[in-house]
Amino acid sequence: MPGDTTSPILSVRELSKHFGGLRAVDGVSFDLMTGEILGLLGPNGAGKTTCFNMISGVYAPTGGTILFGGRRTDGFEPHEMAELGVGRTFQIVRPFATMTVAENVMTALGRSNYSGLHAILRAWNTTGTRRRAMELLERVGLASYADRKAGQLPLGDHRRLEIARALALEPKLLLLDESFSGLRHEEIGVMEKLILSLSASGLSILLIEHNMKVAMTLSHRVVVLDHGRKLAEGSPADVASNPDVIEAYLGKGGITDAAVGL
Amino acid sequence: MSTYFITISTFIAIQAIVAYGLNIIVGYAGQISLGHAAFFGIGAYSAGILATKGGLSFWAALPLVLLICGVLGVILGLPSLRVREDFLAITTIGINFIVEAVFLYVPFFGGAMGLGGIPKIVLFGTRLKGESLFALCLACLAIVILLCRWFTKSWAGLGCRAIASDETAASSMGISPVRFKLLAFVLGTVIAGLGGALYAHRMGFITPADFGFPVSTMMLSIIVLGGIGTLWGPLLGAVILGALPELFRPLADYRMLLYGALLLLMVRFQPGGLLGEASILKNILARMKGGNGNAR
Repeated sequence: MPGDTTSPILSVRELSKHFGGLRAVDGVSFDLMTGEILGLLGPNGAGKTTCFNMISGVYAPTGGTILFGGRRTDGFEPHEMAELGVGRTFQIVRPFATMTVAENVMTALGRSNYSGLHAILRAWNTTGTRRRAMELLERVGLASYADRKAGQLPLGDHRRLEIARALALEPKLLLLDESFSGLRHEEIGVMEKLILSLSASGLSILLIEHNMKVAMTLSHRVVVLDHGRKLAEGSPADVASNPDVIEAYLGKGGITDAAVGL
Repeated sequence: MSTYFITISTFIAIQAIVAYGLNIIVGYAGQISLGHAAFFGIGAYSAGILATKGGLSFWAALPLVLLICGVLGVILGLPSLRVREDFLAITTIGINFIVEAVFLYVPFFGGAMGLGGIPKIVLFGTRLKGESLFALCLACLAIVILLCRWFTKSWAGLGCRAIASDETAASSMGISPVRFKLLAFVLGTVIAGLGGALYAHRMGFITPADFGFPVSTMMLSIIVLGGIGTLWGPLLGAVILGALPELFRPLADYRMLLYGALLLLMVRFQPGGLLGEASILKNILARMKGGNGNAR
């Protein structure tokens, strides 16, 4: 459970992203407290991944502000967010397919080495870097695949590799984009344990989840988005019984929402 | 060794140097460039003008030549690298044509008549030609290969590999795409400039057509054939594409056709090149080493 939940590590205010006439995210505000697991839920096209992409720097917001660790970060580049301590995974996994699993993690261990002359003068393939990568792979349970080409892994392992890469950044905030989608039943249990252990070590986590059951078990609090707007916020139990949320998922709009997509 | 053999080998060495520069951009950083000959030309013309109009020796001019290529690499690379893939290919073709046109239409560069009277390189009081010039080109080639090897082992090299594989993922690992793409591009243009300087002094006379678009495609063919992104691929490609037209003199007129066919066959059957990942040649080499070798 969250220890010190008094100060937010991430504050999002009136965040908007418009693609032409489409308001993918439209005035969303929420806080993520230090050490908390916050679930970001909503039907297809609700704007969850767009929110993620703004927080991690992939998109510059159309409007609104993002405060990370008390600092305005809206409009920052993705690599700047990574340097500040935001690690993320991708809904559609993005491994460096031609590299080995260990090399994938090592790329993310270079944070301080990618700037200035270090980048050219220092070698990356050192025993120290390799050892650190192996520790991270052990943590996510992929150590035995360290020297396989990343492209050959099955999906479930890819999702854990992405978490290992994100952890290599020594992040303060971890963004997990649908880390459970496409997993087999037994893999879901492993992933749940992993996320809970990361949370127990003090990491703040924002997770996008489609699997309601998983999201409700893991999250300390949830924010529900629909059509780019915040529909509800609160404890999993409160939100699950909220009539607006039930309607968005199952009711009148449910089927058309899914068809519109994003 | 015969003069003929030395002449051909010197050209192959110079072409290999330029191809190594392109390999950093296309192979290591994954940024397609179809205008590499422009920087080969910028190097050659800078060296030629500094030698003929500036009266500088090859050695005194070389740092300036490399600096000019680096600075122009930044100026032309920065806007180009904002676009990706097909658009980058078209932009770099544009760069090639513009640079060639500048050499052709600005009288300062000698126009269509070219730039002549470029002296031979002098080292320790002797004018380099034949074997000694070939030795210098080989030494430069060796330095360039070592530089490439160094680059792949550096964090910048790893960052470039990550960008080549997946730019979005790389940037979320803290790797700045702009910084590393530009670094690779500039390193490539500087190496092309070195090749250009050697070429200008070897020929003594250069024309804009020496650095036209067909030369860029030739460079790309060399690395695609040899193995894009490998350490020895550009050398192998340069040797094969340099020696083939000599071995089959009667086919000289069909050179471009031959390159085209070769490129097509490579892309279809050996997309990684002769020394690429899991290529036929590499498998044979590995088997000769007893099945456990890892030929680079």
